[in-house]
Amino acid sequence: MIFGLDFSAVDWDEMFTGTLDTLKMLGNSAVFTIILGLPIGIVLYLWGRSQIPFVQGFYAVLSFIVNILRSVPFIILVIALIPFSRAMVGTSIGVLGTIPPLVIGAAPFFARLVETSLREVDRGVIEAAQGMGASTAQIVMRVLLPEARPGLLAGITITVVTLVSYTAMSGMVGGGGLGDLAIRYGYQRYEKEVMIVSIILLVVLVQLLQMAGDRLVRHFTRK
Amino acid sequence: MIELKGLTKVYGKGGSAATALSGVNLNIEKGEIFGVIGHSGAGKSTLIRCINLLERPTKGEVWVDGTELTRLGKSQLQEHRRKIGMIFQHFNLLSSATVYDNIAFPLRLTHTPKAAVDRKVNELLALVGLTEHRGKYPAQLSGGQKQRVGIARALASDPDVLLCDEATSALDPQTTDSILRLLLDINKQFNLTIVLITHEMLVIQSICDRVAVIHGGGIVEQGRVTDVFLKPKHEVTKEFIRSEAQDDSPLLAALHAPHPTGATAVKITFLGEKTYESTLSRVAGGTGVNFAILQGTISTIKDTPYGQLIVRFEGDAKAIGRTISELAAQGLDVEVLS
Repeated sequence: MIFGLDFSAVDWDEMFTGTLDTLKMLGNSAVFTIILGLPIGIVLYLWGRSQIPFVQGFYAVLSFIVNILRSVPFIILVIALIPFSRAMVGTSIGVLGTIPPLVIGAAPFFARLVETSLREVDRGVIEAAQGMGASTAQIVMRVLLPEARPGLLAGITITVVTLVSYTAMSGMVGGGGLGDLAIRYGYQRYEKEVMIVSIILLVVLVQLLQMAGDRLVRHFTRK
Repeated sequence: MIELKGLTKVYGKGGSAATALSGVNLNIEKGEIFGVIGHSGAGKSTLIRCINLLERPTKGEVWVDGTELTRLGKSQLQEHRRKIGMIFQHFNLLSSATVYDNIAFPLRLTHTPKAAVDRKVNELLALVGLTEHRGKYPAQLSGGQKQRVGIARALASDPDVLLCDEATSALDPQTTDSILRLLLDINKQFNLTIVLITHEMLVIQSICDRVAVIHGGGIVEQGRVTDVFLKPKHEVTKEFIRSEAQDDSPLLAALHAPHPTGATAVKITFLGEKTYESTLSRVAGGTGVNFAILQGTISTIKDTPYGQLIVRFEGDAKAIGRTISELAAQGLDVEVLS
């Protein structure tokens, strides 16, 4: 008994499974968020810089869609996307059912971070590449992405940390993982011990992710 | 080699439109170093960026090596740009790539085989003297070293033309000097046409063959550097040359001071071999006039020696007259000041 809490009642097997589920959701959704968000971010950057009026129109539309997705609270997005998840992966609950809303929720956020870090790339370097006859694709692959690498890694770190809290929220609608445990035991059954352990594990996870991200950013920073 | 015809660039539209260039015509020969000098805002940066169409002119034609660039489509333009190297005031190197990778960059754009890239980059590293720094990142280099990387990178695709956009403006005088010498070297070694823009007369004087003075979006004076430098016509040109010299108010006082025996002040310009000959003392000795040197410069423009002296001849008017015509007959340029 510590502070009147009895940790012997905690089912550690269940805690372990919960942690594993959280990591699965996190890993999968992070990969798909990057696969979806990176190209969107690049397109936002390229269209946003264009001088051609109809391309500027495309930018406005895409930017608007991204803003809408970002302004819907995640918990509502999860519920709204239940039919979508069923269509995509055949279920709307558990680890698998949570991945589509996680990706849809985080990708627009990540895309904006990508756009911002690409904008930080020195214009002069891009011009130098243009002057050397580089095509737009070559500028993206050989100039923008390598030059923005520290910023992109920082963006990925922020996105993954955000995804941790999203996975926890998805526990509200049967998402599974540590968030699910915290809600089921702590909120619905008043078993504070499981909730506290879940929260501690989430805090540790976020700390580790942030530390790893910071290290990577430092490693690739050349300025 | 490079021909600009009626080049006009207007930024913005309607009431807020600003004209950066208005109807510039320029003809740059193969193998020469052509300088464009002007104050900031005169349009020189726009001018050089129009040559490889980093800036699209509003009107006019850009011809490089017999091709009208202003008429080309996107991919053809990319092709032609490979033959035009460019270096920048702020170097514009990839901060995420090493010296080696920066120089290899243009070669990799064209999918050059690895062995050929390696050979070329090593050659260029040796040329610009950075072989030991090949694995460093730009942030670890000095300004001069960064510009050397920029030059090597610009030369990697064997260009016919090198554009230098204020390439030495961010460097200290010694480094500027070494970069200019390197540019002169590669100009001679590869018969590379170089176009440079600057606001420093010293840069023009050190390496350029011809110069154009740009002011208010137009070329106000152009010609061989020796001609423009020694006989400037436009007020802006004179200003650039004056800023090299010191304050000349004491000289003006000396020029206008009354003289007991009668005197005439003249400006004598020597060019080439004559600079180092004893013409002045020989002629003055012959006609029996004395002279005082009030101000003078003996220096070189690129490889041409020149001298410009302001001299006061003292003696009777006839003898002074004979001295002046004799000097002119010897091939010196004499301008009577007072």
